[in-house]
Amino acid sequence: MIKLTIDGKTTEAPEGMTILQAAKLLDIKIPTLCYHPLIEPFAACRVCVVESKTEQGEELVPSCQTPCQDGMVVNTHNEHVLKARRFILDMMLARWPNVPILKKYAEEAGLQAPRFSSALKDERQDACILCGLCVKACNDVVGASAISFAQRGLERHVATPFDVASEDCIACGACALVCPTSHIKFEVEDHKGKPPEFLLGPNTAIYVPTLQSVPRVPVIDKESCIYFKTEGCQKCVEACEPHAINHKMEDEVVEIDVGQVLVATGFDAFDPTPMTQYGYGRLDNVYTGLDIERMLNATGPTAGRVLLKNGKPPRAVGILHCIGSRDENYHRYCSRVCCMFALKFSHLIKERTQGEVYNFYIDIRAFGKGYEEFYSRVLHEGANVIRGKVAEIVQAGWSKSDEGTLLIRCEDTLIGRFREIPVDMVVLCNAIEPRRDADQIGRLFGLSRSPDGFFLERHPKLDPVATTTDGLFVAGCAQGPKDIPDTVAQASAAAARMLATIAKGAVEIDPVRAEIDEQYCSGCRICNALCPYKAIDYIEEKNVSRVNSPLCKGCGTCVAACPAGAITGSGFTDKQVYAELEGVLSV
Amino acid sequence: MDTNSKNFEPRIVGFLCNWCSYTGADLAGTSRMKSAPNLRIIRLMCSGRVDPSFILRAYQLGADGVLVLGCHPGDCHYQEGNYKALRRVLLLKRILREFGIDERRLRLEWVSAAEGEKFAKVSNEFTEEVRALGPLRLETSVLLQTQGEELATQEVAA
Repeated sequence: MIKLTIDGKTTEAPEGMTILQAAKLLDIKIPTLCYHPLIEPFAACRVCVVESKTEQGEELVPSCQTPCQDGMVVNTHNEHVLKARRFILDMMLARWPNVPILKKYAEEAGLQAPRFSSALKDERQDACILCGLCVKACNDVVGASAISFAQRGLERHVATPFDVASEDCIACGACALVCPTSHIKFEVEDHKGKPPEFLLGPNTAIYVPTLQSVPRVPVIDKESCIYFKTEGCQKCVEACEPHAINHKMEDEVVEIDVGQVLVATGFDAFDPTPMTQYGYGRLDNVYTGLDIERMLNATGPTAGRVLLKNGKPPRAVGILHCIGSRDENYHRYCSRVCCMFALKFSHLIKERTQGEVYNFYIDIRAFGKGYEEFYSRVLHEGANVIRGKVAEIVQAGWSKSDEGTLLIRCEDTLIGRFREIPVDMVVLCNAIEPRRDADQIGRLFGLSRSPDGFFLERHPKLDPVATTTDGLFVAGCAQGPKDIPDTVAQASAAAARMLATIAKGAVEIDPVRAEIDEQYCSGCRICNALCPYKAIDYIEEKNVSRVNSPLCKGCGTCVAACPAGAITGSGFTDKQVYAELEGVLSV
Repeated sequence: MDTNSKNFEPRIVGFLCNWCSYTGADLAGTSRMKSAPNLRIIRLMCSGRVDPSFILRAYQLGADGVLVLGCHPGDCHYQEGNYKALRRVLLLKRILREFGIDERRLRLEWVSAAEGEKFAKVSNEFTEEVRALGPLRLETSVLLQTQGEELATQEVAA
């Protein structure tokens, strides 16, 4: 450990640490322009110079690059240092007089009136000060090498080769991240119809999805991560003390033998974009239930405040029920959860803004424990409810101050009139629908689906967790729209059923099974090939086939195929079926 | 049994598989859908259990039409039983021609457990088709005796 003194305070620093870093440990701030923690210091701007007294002598050194020496005495803002800084900043301000960070450092250094003027004066606040951080980031850290300094002297500027759009740029945003004057901006071009504030996700390629994730560990977005494009960066690996990050991890395909499967693959949220009359994706401030849920969340884009795109709170919010549900054109079923979350939003929006809330409903379905009481409460709090579907949402700002107002045109069936209600924000309660790949999952497991596309339970009333296949269970919204208490109940039921089977230690087989009368069997083996469960073995010595009872599922395919009639399917023998036919055709 | 073409009520036998078509028929029932009462249902575990002799026996016992309903291809509860049913029915249709039985009196359809509506539709449509074809009227010599009584195809005790 090295002992040194900075501004009269002594400290210890490990070998290799720079003066700038050591000063940081002491909470001493030294101004920098071309320094960034992610980039190897290159001491270009010289603003960070400090006076260093060692055995070699006294001199001004760049603190960002100079390593600490044992016994060094450093002064970060005596007159010697400040004079040097003022000179540098004076020259820079001559060319870039309005850049905030330059003005701030100039003030701290005591620069009164700039002395110099420049023919290249750039009055912008976000002018490029040629610090070179972006170039270093792109070349050294990212490895894309899309930008560098072009030309020399007065013409020197940061550019792509020949000033044309670069093919090497991987749009990682590293240049924008390190730029001290915000000269480089990183913007999303194609919003894909979603409100842009919800499109901008995490700021980094490695991120923790939400603060409520389980497990709460970061994930790497392979599409944005620089390493996967250039094999550069890997700053996260450097930063991770337990060395828990490994970019080379591959997907593993693991085969597990199981006896039972629970399918709980969830749902998809209905996308209301095709319902052009509601303007989702076209008009500002029209959101789905899930968008608003994110906005209201304390970890969301607005930290839980209810805000319009222009940053102001809405004066009135319209909540449209049954978007995509109870609809002949989309889904005829009711999505079950939307009335309650609409009331929740009504309550929260009224609480957080002072605006009006209008619910446009067909029925209010408050079916659960405490639900109706909550509905009464929300009504008492002043939420408006209008019974009628909304025909369309139009933009209707008559004056500049009203710009962005949305007009909800609806029918109020209880008073028998059409109404037009101006609001600032619209929430669409979009339906719960089966997952896009539900048919593939169904085929994989042999799961049937009901007409609405959700997986079919064995019995709608008496067996909502099992399916017609033994050992295969469904739970949650994969089986049908439901809220959290019902999902928990169903999942617990399914788990209990599965545990019961395991605990029993033995599996009960249906008595419906095939049996081969070896006396009649000719050993033709037609049945062997037909059996879908490969449950029929051929006994060489006797030249007959035999059914392996535990494997036989009793489908009867072999019974019908046997040319000798040697197989009986218990419960469905030929004689039994003939008797049924006689009975049924006797009237 | 009235064989007058105006009031002729066809006798249809249906072989339904337990998992899909029978459940679908049950759904049609619980949904209170109207389907023709002419259909007499025989439940089997799988459409692959349907032996061609069942179908022929049905005609011999007086059925005017036979309906075989199974799971959709790819969805058979026992993997492939419905494909076997398909092969057998297609072959049987050709043989029926040799017996002088109109092959339109045998029909194979796929009805899943959720398709109550389809079951009702198929059942009604087939009943009407067979009604239009008229009674089967097989030769008395090939008809089967049941419990010692002769099954008459002509007269009916009014």
